[in-house]
Amino acid sequence: MAKKDEIIETAKKTAKKVAVKAAKKAVEMADVAVKKASKAIKEAQTPIITPQMAKIPAGPLELKWTNYKNHQKLVNPANKRRLDVIVVGTGLAGASAAASLAEMGFNVLNFCIQDSPRRAHSIAAQGGINAAKNYQNDGDSVYRLYYDTIKGGDYRAREANVYRLAEVSNNIIDQCVAQGVPFAREYGGLLDNRSFGGAQVSRTFYAKGQTGQQLLLGAYSALSRQIGKGKVKMYTRYEMLDIVLIKDENGEPRARGIIARNLVTGRIERFFAHAVVVGSGGYGNTFFLSTNAMASNGSAAMQMYRHGALFANPCYAQIHPTCIPKHGDFQSKLTLMSESLRNDGRIWVPKKLEDAKRLQAGEIKGRDIPEEDRDYYLERRYPAFGNLVPRDVASRAAKERCDKGYGVNNTGLAVFLDFSEAIQRLGKDVVAQKYGNLFQMYEKIVDENPYENPMMIFPAIHYTMGGIWVDYELQTSVKGLFCIGEANFSDHGANRLGASALMQGLADGYFVLPYTIQNYLSDQIGVPRMSTDLPEFAAAEKAVQDKIDRLMAIQGKRSVDSIHKELGLIMWDFVGMGRTAEGLKEGIKKIDAIKKEFWTNVYIPGEANSLNNELEKALRLADFIEIGRLMAVDALHREESCGGHFREEYQTPEGEALRQDDKFSYVGCWKYMGEDQEPQLIKEPLDYEFTERKTRNYKN
Amino acid sequence: MDQYIDIKVRVWRQAGPKAQGHFETYELKHVFQGASFLEMIDILNEQLVAEHKDPVTYDHDCREGICGMCSMYVNGHPHGPDSAITTCQLHMRKFKDGETITVEPWRSRAFPVIKDLMVDRGAYDKIMQAGGFVSVNTGGVPDANAIPIPKPVADEAMDAASCIGCGACAAACKNGSAMLFVAAKVSQLALLPQGKIEAAARAKAMVAKMDELGFGNCTNTGACAAECPKSVSLANIARLNREFLAAKFKD
Amino acid sequence: MWLKDSSIGRKFVMALSGAALVFFLLFHGCMNLALVFSEEAYNAICRFLGANWYAVIGSLGIAFLVLVHFCYGLYLTIQNRAARGNDRYEVRGKKEGVTWESENMLVLGFIILGFLCLHLYNFWFRMQFAELTGIETGAFDPQNGAAYVKALFTEPIWGQVYCVLYLLWFVVLWLHLNHGVGSAMTSMGLNNLKWQKRVEVISTIVATLVVLPFAAVVLYYLGMGIGMLC
Repeated sequence: MAKKDEIIETAKKTAKKVAVKAAKKAVEMADVAVKKASKAIKEAQTPIITPQMAKIPAGPLELKWTNYKNHQKLVNPANKRRLDVIVVGTGLAGASAAASLAEMGFNVLNFCIQDSPRRAHSIAAQGGINAAKNYQNDGDSVYRLYYDTIKGGDYRAREANVYRLAEVSNNIIDQCVAQGVPFAREYGGLLDNRSFGGAQVSRTFYAKGQTGQQLLLGAYSALSRQIGKGKVKMYTRYEMLDIVLIKDENGEPRARGIIARNLVTGRIERFFAHAVVVGSGGYGNTFFLSTNAMASNGSAAMQMYRHGALFANPCYAQIHPTCIPKHGDFQSKLTLMSESLRNDGRIWVPKKLEDAKRLQAGEIKGRDIPEEDRDYYLERRYPAFGNLVPRDVASRAAKERCDKGYGVNNTGLAVFLDFSEAIQRLGKDVVAQKYGNLFQMYEKIVDENPYENPMMIFPAIHYTMGGIWVDYELQTSVKGLFCIGEANFSDHGANRLGASALMQGLADGYFVLPYTIQNYLSDQIGVPRMSTDLPEFAAAEKAVQDKIDRLMAIQGKRSVDSIHKELGLIMWDFVGMGRTAEGLKEGIKKIDAIKKEFWTNVYIPGEANSLNNELEKALRLADFIEIGRLMAVDALHREESCGGHFREEYQTPEGEALRQDDKFSYVGCWKYMGEDQEPQLIKEPLDYEFTERKTRNYKN
Repeated sequence: MDQYIDIKVRVWRQAGPKAQGHFETYELKHVFQGASFLEMIDILNEQLVAEHKDPVTYDHDCREGICGMCSMYVNGHPHGPDSAITTCQLHMRKFKDGETITVEPWRSRAFPVIKDLMVDRGAYDKIMQAGGFVSVNTGGVPDANAIPIPKPVADEAMDAASCIGCGACAAACKNGSAMLFVAAKVSQLALLPQGKIEAAARAKAMVAKMDELGFGNCTNTGACAAECPKSVSLANIARLNREFLAAKFKD
Repeated sequence: MWLKDSSIGRKFVMALSGAALVFFLLFHGCMNLALVFSEEAYNAICRFLGANWYAVIGSLGIAFLVLVHFCYGLYLTIQNRAARGNDRYEVRGKKEGVTWESENMLVLGFIILGFLCLHLYNFWFRMQFAELTGIETGAFDPQNGAAYVKALFTEPIWGQVYCVLYLLWFVVLWLHLNHGVGSAMTSMGLNNLKWQKRVEVISTIVATLVVLPFAAVVLYYLGMGIGMLC
């Protein structure tokens, strides 16, 4: 009897166990199904931006821009005088736009964060500017420049925009020469060119190693002329802290001004304009250590984002392969060595691990390693392009070697860039003439003579291809709010080619925006100048003031920089050159923790209503934290490798980036949904009508 | 080889444009010589913030010697005791253990101090606005190769154009003269055919503005060129004089 | 008037007046040199430059040049000091390639001017001025300048003191000219990249050429004086 009971009991138990297991499994399956379904629903619900919404003109690729210009609306001279335009930023894009708009007759209010418009960070660009002039008779054309740019961007840019960029590139060179930009010339008196990464033609115009400086000074001189004439009112040492939107008679919000802080007096001021143009640069400083200037920031972009402008492809950040390696915790920024160095410099690491170990220990120098023991890994892996592969490829290849233990300095995070062969071939004088100032810069920083011992370089964050989403007219999703230069996302796809940033900045500022903005402003001629006493201005100012007060009230224990450095390390480790789903999730958690730390434990000395550098930095860091998170979220969602975005799960057996064109051939735009809310994804599909998408191949 | 050093930094502190300034001395221990001068100031500022004191205000931006923002008079030299660099490119290996380093702002009537080491160099912008440009509008310009320019001329124009507008020339000059800055721009544009057309008017307008803003008179001491971080040549000043005198005699 | 109101105009005036004075000094030096070779020749030149209308006009012209050079120099320096602002540098480092004299031209100018007064009293007052006004300086026969010069410089002790003072003066003058000549050339626009070093050399050569004849004469008398002492 007892046995029977026992058996029944066991059977019951087993049955229960099985049932529970089955139930659990059913629940799990249901869960997965629900998840799948919800994902599908979400996917189906993901809003789509159509080419019509992006205002891409119809017609064949090479006629789109011409057609657009032929049919766009213009503003007559008398009306231009009645319209005010705010331009934020005085880099290549901002200064050229401000100058060109003023020349046309608009009243321009121009803002910059530095003490002079001439100091915007465009000035630091070294190598050159691309144009499809074909002065070298090497088969260049507008189409080829377009194609190289699209391909270099790993087929993640808009065809129409890139073609327009290539089209106006030639006008830029003409314009700059007319302004007195002293481009390098050949002995015959004609313009000289050099080659840059990602191209097989020489189409890069340059002015020593200071091309960005000379182009910016050209734009600055045009801007100065307009300031002198009173057509541009210049506000230096001002930082934009918010955009003011005012609804029109149809209830549609339009950008009508900005709130800016006078950095000298600390006063918060209001400015009205019929349209606002932002050319505030990229957000590379999210990583703390980057090649960006100390004041470069992403706050203007975040203000636009919070007001409804979409943030496109935030995860596309360019890591530049030729920077001087980091040398200590106190380091404030990384210094770029121009890509032009790769014209004559050869990149290598030792073939043997023991040589690398001895280099790391400081026992030997690069020159001590014989030729046969050197691994010119770029030439080995990419015979066709060699040392001139695009930046993303070169950076990843350097990381791959260093990860394997072949790094050549004490931290093991450096590779050699060697000129010994060039010095032998061309002579020291020629090398000095071409790269002398760069060599001098290197020697001042590292205290080592690059003529005698190979330079050491390592990749660093340099440029952000992602940015505020704009349509073909460079208008954001907010009416009357335009975004130009590095701050927008438009032309470089997932990776930017060398010497193309200057091209894009000046194209936007000189030749695109001054046209397209008129299509918008032509409807605004009836809008009178508005008072900055309107409630919208007052509310915006109050929000800014509240934010500042909140920051000043924290009075915690940590300096702004110490938190920023921590954020930078997290970004580099988890959202850097090689990203994984796991790492990104971890990174997001850590960024959230940093955010909490910042808002509870930052210490800002001094007063808010006076010159206060720490407060300026804190305001910027608050936005960097948000951008960092957005970058991670975007990187996590983009399950493919393309250009500057490398997900380790998606690579070929040889370690090359593996795109997923069927799933991710779109611009990932993020819509702000509120403080601490997950942003919403909006897709702009990239249907390549005119160009065949291929796997990027720099091997043969 | 770079070592760790202990130093004292004597910094000019001035609360505002009208306030009375004074020197304050701070001790810094264990500073790596591989650090840049501005990184050393960053370390000092971190230290001051930790002590809840007001950090030293100074101008800086690109930190690679091209924006022209940094402006410190270190141990009696604009941009410090090294040649052809800006302050941000100055490294601590130029200083010895136990050294006291004196840091002052640019001192020039035309560059009033805003706070501590930060000065207002708006005067240079005003000079540029008076004539430092070629009067061409965007668009409608000839092809870039339409006018050949001899390479030596283009190179000399480039060397003049490498000026970063930092103000070291006026700061170094015992006369507080801005001649090298003005000369560099006038030279660049006078050398190139594109700028030649307005050369006379430009020289007159820029010099007149420079005089109006309270810069001193050049006496050709050469301190400006010696301290210029971009080694802009004194020969440009001769060219400016030539352009200016020719323009005046023509009138 | 741009020669007064613009900084380059003012520099031009300095350069021009300075250059003219250099030419005068060159002539004056050559004339002095005659003392070493032939006292008659010197006296002949003295007669030629005595109480004649052209010599008087020349003297007035030179006086005017000195006045202009001095006034402009003073004016420029006052302006330049003001251009520095209220606070001056605490530490001033030695700037490579910047000569001491170039930064101290006004001081050198004042020293030169001081000696000039002595010199004018010693010679011009007792020679041309005496001849013009006919006043009796009691020193010597105005027609025999050479004898007077010789007497002054070879007089025991005082003669040697004068010689040393004059030599000191020439050193200061050399320093002033060593910067001044090149500076004048640059101010007049006569310089460029290629000529920069050459202008510096020219400046030194001219300064030496100006000072050398004067110094030669003084050294000649110094030797003579010391010889007479022994």
